[in-house]
Amino acid sequence: MAFLKRLLLGEQGLLVIFVIAFAAVSIFVPSFLTERNMLGLFQSVVTIGIVACTMMFCLASRDFDLSVGSIVAFTGMVAVMASNASGSIVVGLIAALACGTFVGFVNGTIIAKLKINALITTLATMQIVRGLALISSDGRAVGINDPGFYQLALSRFLGIPTPIWIMLILFCVFGFVLNRSVFGRNTLAIGGNPEASRLAGVNVDGMRIWIFTIQGLVCAVAGILLASRITSGQPNAATGLELSAISACVLGGVSLAGGRAAMTGVIVGVLILGIAENAMNLLNIQAFYQYLVRGLILLLAVLLDNVRSTGLGRK
Amino acid sequence: MADFLSFSHISKTYPGVKALSDVSFGVGKGSVHGLIGENGAGKSTLIRILSGDTAADSGEISIDGSAQHFSSTRDAFAAGVVVVHQELQLVPELTVAENLRLGRFPNRAGIIDFRALKAEVNRRLKDIGLTVDADTKVSKLSLGERQMIEIAKAIMLDARVIALDEPTSSLSSQESEVLFRIIGELRAAGKVIIYISHRLDEIFRLCDGCTVLRDGKLAAHHPSMADVTRDSLVAEMVGREISDIWGWRGRTAGEVRLKVEGITGSKLPHPIGFEARAGEIVGFFGLVGSGRSELMRLVYGADPRHSGRVIIDGGESAGSNPRRSIREGLVLCSEDRKFDGIVQGLSVGENIVISARRHFSPFGVLSLKREADTAAEFIKQLRIRTPSAKQDIVNLSGGNQQKVLLARWLAESGVKVLIVDEPTRGIDVGAKAEIYELLYELAEKGLAIVVVSSELPEVMGISDRIVVMCEGRIAARYERADFNEHAILASALPDRTAGEPNKKAS
Repeated sequence: MAFLKRLLLGEQGLLVIFVIAFAAVSIFVPSFLTERNMLGLFQSVVTIGIVACTMMFCLASRDFDLSVGSIVAFTGMVAVMASNASGSIVVGLIAALACGTFVGFVNGTIIAKLKINALITTLATMQIVRGLALISSDGRAVGINDPGFYQLALSRFLGIPTPIWIMLILFCVFGFVLNRSVFGRNTLAIGGNPEASRLAGVNVDGMRIWIFTIQGLVCAVAGILLASRITSGQPNAATGLELSAISACVLGGVSLAGGRAAMTGVIVGVLILGIAENAMNLLNIQAFYQYLVRGLILLLAVLLDNVRSTGLGRK
Repeated sequence: MADFLSFSHISKTYPGVKALSDVSFGVGKGSVHGLIGENGAGKSTLIRILSGDTAADSGEISIDGSAQHFSSTRDAFAAGVVVVHQELQLVPELTVAENLRLGRFPNRAGIIDFRALKAEVNRRLKDIGLTVDADTKVSKLSLGERQMIEIAKAIMLDARVIALDEPTSSLSSQESEVLFRIIGELRAAGKVIIYISHRLDEIFRLCDGCTVLRDGKLAAHHPSMADVTRDSLVAEMVGREISDIWGWRGRTAGEVRLKVEGITGSKLPHPIGFEARAGEIVGFFGLVGSGRSELMRLVYGADPRHSGRVIIDGGESAGSNPRRSIREGLVLCSEDRKFDGIVQGLSVGENIVISARRHFSPFGVLSLKREADTAAEFIKQLRIRTPSAKQDIVNLSGGNQQKVLLARWLAESGVKVLIVDEPTRGIDVGAKAEIYELLYELAEKGLAIVVVSSELPEVMGISDRIVVMCEGRIAARYERADFNEHAILASALPDRTAGEPNKKAS
């Protein structure tokens, strides 16, 4: 009993629970542990997974980004429309990445320089950018002219679809940045104590602008892959993505008060959300119930974290 | 006479630390009892146990002969025990009256009876001689007034035992006088007051008896203050005799390293200039609110300057933000360690290298080995007491946190000017001596050092020169040969004729 308690409440408690849940689902849900379903599962979490990487940085620095879902939809639109207009997929991709980066940069600049609360700023840009996506397409989905665009999502390397590779690469890159770069450690320092970090010579404003700008860029990557997978630019795509990405981070032990984050935790958080959805799909549970389950999982994870914190006697 | 409040065989262990072991002592009714000890000696833990905030592993507290078992602060309130913490627990946007009855509003069916509330609170405030209106928002009050409100709260709970944790650390001397008078009245009313303070002069002035803790154990218990001297208390606190904790030694000053010319900012409208030379320690003294800290923040570039120049080593005007100042070799250890010094949640090691790491992180990629080496080097050099460099900094005592902050700047190779604001606030005697020694060593290496302090003995003890500030201007300057306590204090007071009874030599 004491052993079990230590295991669950230890540093890797979430991972242990994840492994147990994964094993249970594999045993009890037929056709869960098949190659096809596994790839499907990973495919389904690509968007959340990619966005969660940079959302982690945002939360770790005590900020918040609600505009990610809108940026994903908008950049998807831009990628499709710019490709169609120019006849070049490369131009479309560059345009999408530039737009995402720009929105992120605007977010960061307003938050850092004009000192406007991140929640409010991104709540505003979330609506503005969604509006831009709707205006530019007149509210309709825009189809892709060049079939080469589909290949972004369909192509495979070593039997695994490209989007999954991109997600895995981003996991590695941002895990490295968080733990082993000045940028990552400064992010945690800002979240831990912004004023102390500033007086210690950390360029706090610059850091915040960078974090949001990278968030925008990464959202554009997710937007492009999403548009390719659904073979069109959808102005209403990725609604609610901001909350899923934040959920994944919180599940993974990222503190909303800033200063605490781990890439492995976020990956596990993303996968837990993915598995819950996947298993329920396989069991033919009505989609409406999935909201319920996702909410409950989030509450349970946060409770667990709370129990763990008090159990270890830290505040 | 039996003790009204008694601790018997209290022990408490935190993971890796024995915070208290077998502490027993008692305090009689109607007395003020001092509780002293170095930081980390176990005072705070004992008070947390008394307040019901945490439970002892063994031992018990009894009040008026009956054993108490507090499982929460609410239990402690019910038993008449109230602790006034150093960090005040008031809601700034509520009024004084609301704060005083928070959680216990007089009400009818949930509707607050503001008239009764105000009448009661005003009566109580008058009883204890406070001239604060019950309708004032707490955010409008001075720190000292807030402290009084906190104590008024304890009185309104009809507390039998009141513990005050460093109550004067943020008070002016007039405010302290009011506090001392109230404490006297509480004693007369038969309360038990536990008084925790680093200021031994206050202990001698107020307390009927005192208890010294050291390393979690009872070092001494004095039921009366007769035969107790300042030196004997200090010896009991540190376990060794400290004759002269300043240990000042002469140096020869070199070239001017820091030159500040006509600097102004939003809180300091009058232009201020001063210099500091290589190998020199310049002390800045002034009362709370005289603008010392604000001046240093302007010099460092932490707050925006309106005009003026800061020149390092005769070069160009130095930067107007912290990052540029650091690059120019000008660094600041700020006054409030918790608020803008340490980065909570990061390890001791990371707090040390946070600034210096840019020198050994090619392309922004950390060199974990260089970081660990740097942290280890300074932990050893500054004798920072921590289980490891990976320890979260919040678990360190104040003195060790201060050393980490100094280490942060020592790890920067090119520091020329070091400004330290209140380097020993809330730090125990032993660690103070270590920090002074460190400052001397740095001065001997040719740094120009500016020390800001509100403790006159400290400024006089360690400075080569003293600059006195008063109401946002430089009021006087003294060379070490001319140091004179009364003169310095007199020039710091806005009203040059008034004396200051409280801040006697200590």
